[in-house]
Amino acid sequence: MKYLLVEDNQELANAVSSRMRLDGHVVDHAATLEDASAFVETGEYDLILLDIMLPDGDGREFLKRHRASERDTPVIVLTARSEVSDRIGLLDLGADDYLTKPFDHAELEARCRAVLRRMAGKSRSVVSMGGVVFDPLAGHLTVNGEVVQLRNRELRLLEQLLGAPGQILSKQKLADRLFSYDDDASENAIEVYIGRLRKHLEASSLKITTLRGLGYRLDQDG
Amino acid sequence: MARLPVSGSLRNQLVVSLIGGAALLALLLFLVTRNFAAQVAQEGQDSILGAAAASILDAAAIHDGQVEIDLPYASFSMLANASDDRVFYAIYRDDTFLSGYEGLDAPANQADGQPTFQSTEFNGADVRVVTDTRTLIGADDRTQIRIVLAQTQDQLAGTLERISRNAALLGAGFFALAALLSFWATSTTIGQLKTLTQSVTRRGPQDLSAFRKPVPTEMAPLVTSLNSLMGRLDQSLRQSEDFIAEAAHRVRTPLATVRAHAEATLQRVDKAENRQALRAMVRAIDESSRAASQLLDHAMITVRADHLTLQDVDLAELVGDLVQRLTPVADMKDLDLAFQAEGAVPILGDPVQIQNAVRNLIDNALKYAPPESTVEIAVWRGPRPNVTIQDRGPGFPLHEMDTLTARFKRGRNAEGTIGSGLGLTIAHDVAAAHDGALTLENREGGGACVCLSF
Repeated sequence: MKYLLVEDNQELANAVSSRMRLDGHVVDHAATLEDASAFVETGEYDLILLDIMLPDGDGREFLKRHRASERDTPVIVLTARSEVSDRIGLLDLGADDYLTKPFDHAELEARCRAVLRRMAGKSRSVVSMGGVVFDPLAGHLTVNGEVVQLRNRELRLLEQLLGAPGQILSKQKLADRLFSYDDDASENAIEVYIGRLRKHLEASSLKITTLRGLGYRLDQDG
Repeated sequence: MARLPVSGSLRNQLVVSLIGGAALLALLLFLVTRNFAAQVAQEGQDSILGAAAASILDAAAIHDGQVEIDLPYASFSMLANASDDRVFYAIYRDDTFLSGYEGLDAPANQADGQPTFQSTEFNGADVRVVTDTRTLIGADDRTQIRIVLAQTQDQLAGTLERISRNAALLGAGFFALAALLSFWATSTTIGQLKTLTQSVTRRGPQDLSAFRKPVPTEMAPLVTSLNSLMGRLDQSLRQSEDFIAEAAHRVRTPLATVRAHAEATLQRVDKAENRQALRAMVRAIDESSRAASQLLDHAMITVRADHLTLQDVDLAELVGDLVQRLTPVADMKDLDLAFQAEGAVPILGDPVQIQNAVRNLIDNALKYAPPESTVEIAVWRGPRPNVTIQDRGPGFPLHEMDTLTARFKRGRNAEGTIGSGLGLTIAHDVAAAHDGALTLENREGGGACVCLSF
């Protein structure tokens, strides 16, 4: 997926975009409204992440212009202002969703996914491997023609594994992706989800190998 | 709102003083008219009496020292009237009684032909008395003839009564007219005040703009002060809201940066204790950011509470939107949000506040619900419009139920979960601001049931 991040705080922008690149996305960063307009005019984006308070103006103005120009790229607003005062106006202006800073990266991901799912039919990235077709947006898995609907955590876990086939992923890292930071018992709970995924993948040539003390690895038979 | 102490009524004061004045004037009018008319009538009787006396004196003559008076018929006929007033007379010669009614006497002027008049009582009747003299000069002497003529006053009394009645009618008419006028004048004047009051009252609580319709000069200073007060109020509200928004911005942006870095670092670090530290860091950031959000939300709601924007809200639609918005968050924990509403549920309320309260309640349910369970949210129309949120979490500790809505008070169960303890307080405050209620219950089979009713 290709994202445009419009955010004037350099540090935050770096942190967010490096994290998104880690997930395999392409991120362009604009620090001002002017840059953002230039990016939008020259490139095609799947989604725009827009800050509201920018040095050369109000992000809401950008949003209004963006909607007026009839571009249908979805926009998620990142707001640092009080939720109460902004909440209603943002959606009226044509934002597809919004997120209050500071945000959980997993929530940002979830919201992006939800917004992109609504734009169904447009630039859908489907992963196909070993007799398995995985549609991360719709959240389903097709194994030998049979469709399996995945729960959110199963989906995110599978995304990680499919993103790095043949590599060892540690239990902790996977757990970080799956659970919010307030439940501590999460590292063992990961086994439950690995178990479920194994069941879903039974009929395919993909299998998840446990490497004791190291983590898990997605392997392809044959 | 406390009832303003009232010091009398302007309308009553005006009406009372105007009508009082009118009554006084009417009375004065009556008295003056009657007195003047009585005086005129009396003068009429006097001139007839005077003429009669003069004609009697004209008929007096002296012959050889003998006074001869032939009472002329005309002089009595001129005194005859419809009321049959009686006439008395007495004739004196040099203060010696000659003829007529003895005992009828009255002093006279020294000069001839100048009658004096007085009112007195004779033979038990009120009479008007005229006295006139004539000096007769005979061959060798001169003598003074004095005539005293009296007439009862029945005719005059009748006339006076008629005049008084008319004067009284005139006074009453004047009073009635003046009273009507004063009512009209009062209500026109008070009407101006009423118009102003109405147009101030009719404004929504959010409308703090200046009052611009033309008003009478006397009311201009009041309206000017009112406008300046509203201006200051508007400014101070705006400043508070701006301050809150700015504070939120200043607090949240750096927190977001730290959190994003911590999360990104966590992806690269392998050592268990470093990971532990980073996770603790993220938790602390979440805790402080949630507390900051809720504090600011709480402040915003307090600022707005004084001028609640009541408008028609469809509770079902509002909650439905929220549920849709929170679905991605629920998904992340593999929680299902089940939403149920019986059609549109219209209520009168502040949408921003209600949204905030319901969001806090759903957030709570999402926090405490066990994974892969369902949080049920329903909007009911009756008996009172309400939102019910039920989860399968640990529920509320029984002995703490009453204190949970207190500020920063968290249940014992909440240990180990991120939160500020303000969520229920906000919901409770919002309920209170809408004359509603927040009810906490535990479900059969475990879990919490929160009901926000309006």
